[in-house]
Amino acid sequence: MINRIVVGAHYGLKDWIIQRVSAVVMAAYSLFMVIVLLVLCPTTFDAWRNVFSFGLVKFATFLFALSLFYHAWIGIRDLWMDYVKSVSIRLTLHALTVLALVGYAGWMAAILWRL
Amino acid sequence: MADTCQTSPRERPKNLGLSEIMLQIRLPLPGKLSILHRVSGVLLFLMLGPLLYCFQLSVTSPGDFAVFKSMASEPLCRALFAVIIWAYLHHICAGIRFLLLDMHVGIDLASARLSAAIAFAVSITLTLILCWRILL
Repeated sequence: MINRIVVGAHYGLKDWIIQRVSAVVMAAYSLFMVIVLLVLCPTTFDAWRNVFSFGLVKFATFLFALSLFYHAWIGIRDLWMDYVKSVSIRLTLHALTVLALVGYAGWMAAILWRL
Repeated sequence: MADTCQTSPRERPKNLGLSEIMLQIRLPLPGKLSILHRVSGVLLFLMLGPLLYCFQLSVTSPGDFAVFKSMASEPLCRALFAVIIWAYLHHICAGIRFLLLDMHVGIDLASARLSAAIAFAVSITLTLILCWRILL
């Protein structure tokens, strides 16, 4: 079964949609956190830590982080595609970007689930 | 007749130098919003690591929290936080405008210019308010 579509008008549509869906997720999270922070006003360490140990906030924060990293991947990938002409340098930058973002995702999971 | 219609082929693509981009070409407001959307996105990407580190410090232990607090009181750190706050707000305001444009809301020239002005006004105002409430 070979069903790969690499050319045509719909090439890149999936990423285009993911970039927009992740943007909506991040905007909704931002609004949610503004409300949470305004209501709870966590000014001390314990209060601040408690906000993120709360199940719903932890879940939402992790989804926000994943959306952010995927969104950043598409944006930075486009940036390298726009400005870096040399294929080898571009491929290296693409790889480094993915590695950094995957590492960040693991780091974020570690921070959140230690709470 | 055919000769008069023919113009000499212009060279395409035309490569612009940095000085032309910076000094000669005057972008309209939506163009400025758009390029700053990219600039703010790059800034936020570069700050992801430091921000994750700050988040880790702030939630791990009271000692780390104190380290974060003293670090965040440095003037240079505060300036950096102000830039990050602006970048986040600019990116989200311009981004919401782009989402609306994607849905064909406000795509005529007058509304596109107006919405760009609104995005600038909202992001700058919120940046000033947040910097005043958090950093000062």
